[in-house]
Amino acid sequence: MPISTAEVEHVALLARLKLSPEEKAAYTEQLNAILEYMDKLNALDTRDVEPTAHVLPLRNVFRDDVSRPGLPREKALQGAPEVSEGQFKVPRVV
Amino acid sequence: MEYEAVIGLEVHTELKTASKAFCSCSTAFGGEPNTHVCPVCLGLPGVLPVINRQVVEFGLKTALALNCRVAPFCKFDRKNYYYPDLPKNYQISQYDLPLATGGYLKINVDGQERVIGITRVHMEEDAGKLVHVDGPGGGYSLVDYNRTGVPLLEIVSEPDLRSPAEARAYMEKLKAILQYLDVSDCKMEEGSLRCDANVSVRPRGSQTFGTKTEVKNMNSFRALQRALEYEIERQIAILEGGGRVEQATMAWDESRGVTTVMRTKEQAHDYRYFPEPDLVPLEIDAAWIERVRRELPELPDARCRRLMDTFGLPAYDAGVITSSRDLADYFDRVVALYPDAKVVSNWIMGDFLRLLNARNLEPGQAPVPPGELADLLKLQKEGTISGKIAKQVLEEMFASGKGARQIVQEKGLVQISDTAALGKIVDEVLAANPNVVEDYRNGKEKALGFLVGQVMKATRGKANPGLVNQLLKERL
Ligand SMILES: [Zn+2]
Repeated sequence: MPISTAEVEHVALLARLKLSPEEKAAYTEQLNAILEYMDKLNALDTRDVEPTAHVLPLRNVFRDDVSRPGLPREKALQGAPEVSEGQFKVPRVV
Repeated sequence: MEYEAVIGLEVHTELKTASKAFCSCSTAFGGEPNTHVCPVCLGLPGVLPVINRQVVEFGLKTALALNCRVAPFCKFDRKNYYYPDLPKNYQISQYDLPLATGGYLKINVDGQERVIGITRVHMEEDAGKLVHVDGPGGGYSLVDYNRTGVPLLEIVSEPDLRSPAEARAYMEKLKAILQYLDVSDCKMEEGSLRCDANVSVRPRGSQTFGTKTEVKNMNSFRALQRALEYEIERQIAILEGGGRVEQATMAWDESRGVTTVMRTKEQAHDYRYFPEPDLVPLEIDAAWIERVRRELPELPDARCRRLMDTFGLPAYDAGVITSSRDLADYFDRVVALYPDAKVVSNWIMGDFLRLLNARNLEPGQAPVPPGELADLLKLQKEGTISGKIAKQVLEEMFASGKGARQIVQEKGLVQISDTAALGKIVDEVLAANPNVVEDYRNGKEKALGFLVGQVMKATRGKANPGLVNQLLKERL
């Protein structure tokens, strides 16, 4: 078992996921199955294979440095949970 | 035991582009909150970032100016963390394949030159601004995403710095280079140049590193130096007391003059970097690098050399003048009009900088144009005003924005070089101070200085000092 329940709890915390004990057990099992498959991949000899940084065969896609108006503020704030003084109002975390 | 500090700096500088790193929103400072935002920088679903070419250009310029190796291939990564200043919950940054690595810059502290290694230079995006408001239930935060997505360069030094003074010198040199390159405004107070420090101490001569802490929140050169001084003392005191330094992130508290723990090792961030699938990699070929290298402007060290070689300025003068591109430009313009470089450098390093600093102005904001300073120096050289009056006039020029000649005229500050008029005053001074005259005649050389001073006082500083000396000596 490469992954323990404690590690699943740690990753869940980092991802801000609240998991029930049943879910923790289920995800521990699933994640382990995935990582075991990684072990299988790791068994391959990849010495002569170039690392893949991106799946698309594209490089150097740029935009010119020209500024344009973005969204009107009302639009930008439309999805905010709460709004105050033209800003996103969120729970204080520090 | 004697300890030495080991310091490495992580510097973030906002690039002076017109638009953000991955979208076309304006980077202009000071807009109303959330008025420079779009679906890309707000992290709305279904959008694609595209890198601004100018960000890469500025990154290349900086990397080359810092003597780095530019990677022929680099990519972007996501740095994941949950904090409301990032609407996407990740920052686009560069992790294992940064833009450039392995450079250096030179600093000079107490006449000692040191070469400080640069580990890496990479591109990333800035975060938004939070304002915390106290209130029931822990209060709330207000978020402004105008700065989100503004391009940053992160420049990481090797742990080569050995004192707070060296760290400050490194930061000042880096700022000068960035300003010469014209890639950033470099205003520490406004946050366009920021710095975190990794600090540890060890017995002098030891080759291993002690446990380090990271110090954040230093918003000026002075704060950087004070924070490091404090943190080094704190760590030494722990070791001297037989304790162990705990690895932690510390925040500098400017008002209290102390560092306090922000995060311990247990609370350290776990960023889970992975390649950014929405941006394709960059391939920077030799031709591109060479083109940027050819276009590099003259940098502070080269300009410093040039001032020494061309004008015979001492290294110290040349160093001060070239520490800011604007100041060096100012010097060049004054010297073009008044070609006595040493006199110009004395005035600039002395009264000019003093008056600028007193007003909290940068050299580029000087209220006295170079031509006016040159005029002032000419007035002094022609003998129209004395050196002492010239200092007063410069103060007045700073205060009123008026020209040197106008001030001299309006205030009647023209130097008295009329032998008859001055002779009369000299006679009066001699008559009023028979004892001093006697002293001088008895060989007390200093007495002459007193008499010159009296004549100056009588003329409110306007007497031509050379002529006063001459007239006094003739009569004595
Ligand atoms: Zn945007």
